[in-house]
Amino acid sequence: MATPLVVSEVAKSFTMHLRDGIRLPVVANVTFSVKAGECVVLGGPSGVGKSSILKMLYGNYGVDEGQILMEHDGKLVNLATAEPRTVLDVRRATLGYVSQFLRVVPRVSALDIVAEPLQARGVAIEDARARAAELLSKLNLPTALWSLPPATFSGGEQQRVNIARGFITDHKILLLDEPTASLDAKNRAVVVEMIAEKKAKGTALIGIFHDEEVRDAVADRILDVSAFSPGKAAA
Amino acid sequence: MSAVPLLKVNDVSKFYGSRIGCRNVSFDLFPGEVLAIVGESGSGKTTLLSCLSTRLMPTSGIVEYHMRDGQYRDLARMGEAERRFLMRTDWGFVHQNPADGLRMTVSAGANVGERLMAIGDRHYGNIRAAASDWLERVEIGIDRIDDQPRAFSGGMRQRLQIARNLVTSPRLVFMDEPTGGLDVSVQARLLDLVRGLVHDLGLAAIIVTHDLAVARLLSHRMMVMKDGAVIEQGLTDRVLDDPREPYTQLLVSSILQV
Repeated sequence: MATPLVVSEVAKSFTMHLRDGIRLPVVANVTFSVKAGECVVLGGPSGVGKSSILKMLYGNYGVDEGQILMEHDGKLVNLATAEPRTVLDVRRATLGYVSQFLRVVPRVSALDIVAEPLQARGVAIEDARARAAELLSKLNLPTALWSLPPATFSGGEQQRVNIARGFITDHKILLLDEPTASLDAKNRAVVVEMIAEKKAKGTALIGIFHDEEVRDAVADRILDVSAFSPGKAAA
Repeated sequence: MSAVPLLKVNDVSKFYGSRIGCRNVSFDLFPGEVLAIVGESGSGKTTLLSCLSTRLMPTSGIVEYHMRDGQYRDLARMGEAERRFLMRTDWGFVHQNPADGLRMTVSAGANVGERLMAIGDRHYGNIRAAASDWLERVEIGIDRIDDQPRAFSGGMRQRLQIARNLVTSPRLVFMDEPTGGLDVSVQARLLDLVRGLVHDLGLAAIIVTHDLAVARLLSHRMMVMKDGAVIEQGLTDRVLDDPREPYTQLLVSSILQV
C-alpha cells in the first residue's frame, strides 16, 4: 500500500502587515511521512509550530514552500498547491480533522453535526444518524443532548461531538489536534481505544497530545517539531 | 467532482467613465460551489456581481455560462429575450432589500408562483402546491400564503424572496448582502436555511457580503476585493485563518469577538 501522507521540505512563515510587515518564521524543512496504520505524534514545547503543521496539512494555512502529498481517489494530490475545490474534495473523502474547538452552526443538532461527514459521502441520512448515535453513546454523551445544537454544551461535551464527527468516516488520514484536552479519564480511555481501532483499520494518524498518558498509549513515533524550527534549518 | 465550470469569468472590468468599478477579474465557478466576494463598501463587489449577472454590461472581458444544452454562451452576446429567460429559470438573484426582488402588492403565493408561470406552468393547483411547498421550506406558515409581503417582517420577506428564486430549481444564484439589515437572530435562521438549501439542492452561488462570518458559514471559496481588484482569493478557511495581504489581515483582525 502506498504511503498515505508524505510531507517534504515544507516551510511556513507569517508576515504581519499590521505590525510593520514583521516576518515570523514558523517552521522550515518539515519532512516526514506517515504509514497506513501508524500514529505519529507531533512533540515539542508550545509555540514550536505543531498546530501550524496540522493546519497546513488540512489546508487552512497556506504553505510557502515544499509539498504535502496525499493519495486521494487513486491519484497523488499536492495539497500545498491544490485548487480550493480539490482541497474540499480531499477533505470529504480522504482527510479528516478533529480540531480543538467545535465550530457550531446555529440550529443544527449534535447528532446531525456528527452525521454530516458521512452524509457528504453519500450515505443515507438515517444510516448516518444511526452511526452517529453509536459513536455518541460510545463517547458517553447523554442521549438528551443529541437533538440539541451544541452551542450551549460544556467544553468536554462539545469536544466529544467533535471527536465523533471526525471519527465517523473511514478517511485514510486523520489529523487530531488535542482531542482529549477537555475530557475526563473515562472518556480519554474511550478515545484511546477509538484511535487503536483506526490504526487497526489502516488509517494514518497525525496528532498533538499534551497528555502524556494518552500520548504513550497511542504514539508509534514521536516527531520532535523543534527540529524543524527555522533557526536550525538556516544553520 | 464536476470537471467543467458553470461560469467562466475572463478579465472582466467595468469603468464608470474614468472611475474604476472593478478591474481584471477572472475566475471559474463550478457546479455546487459557493463563492463569497468580500470587501468594504465601494470595493467593487456589487459592480462585479452586476457584471456577472448581466445586470450591467462589463466595459471589457467575457463572462460565459454553461447552458443546460452543454454549450458555453457569452452572456454579452445573448439576446435580451434569451437572457431574461435564463434569469428567471436557471438563475436566481437575491437582493439585499427584499422589496427589490419581490412584488410587494401581490400575495406571497403569487410571488412564488409567478416564476413558475413565467416558464410555462399553467395549472393553478400545481402552482399553488409548489408555492405552499416552498413557503414551508423557508419556514413561512401556509396560513400566510394569501398575504402580501407588505405585511411580512424583514426576515420573512427575505425568506420569501429566496423561495421565489429557488422554485424554478436554478443552478446558479447570485446574492447581494442577503443578511444585511436583519437582526442577528433572524440572520442566523436565514443563514442556516440558505446553507441547508444550497447543500441539498447542490446550487452554485455567488454571495456578496461584507460580513466575514457569513462568508465563513456559507462559502467554499472567497475573493477579497479592494479598489475594484481581487487582491486575495482561495479556500474560505485558508483566507480567514491565514490571510496574506495587508488589507485581508486588517479585515480579519477587525472582526469583533463575542
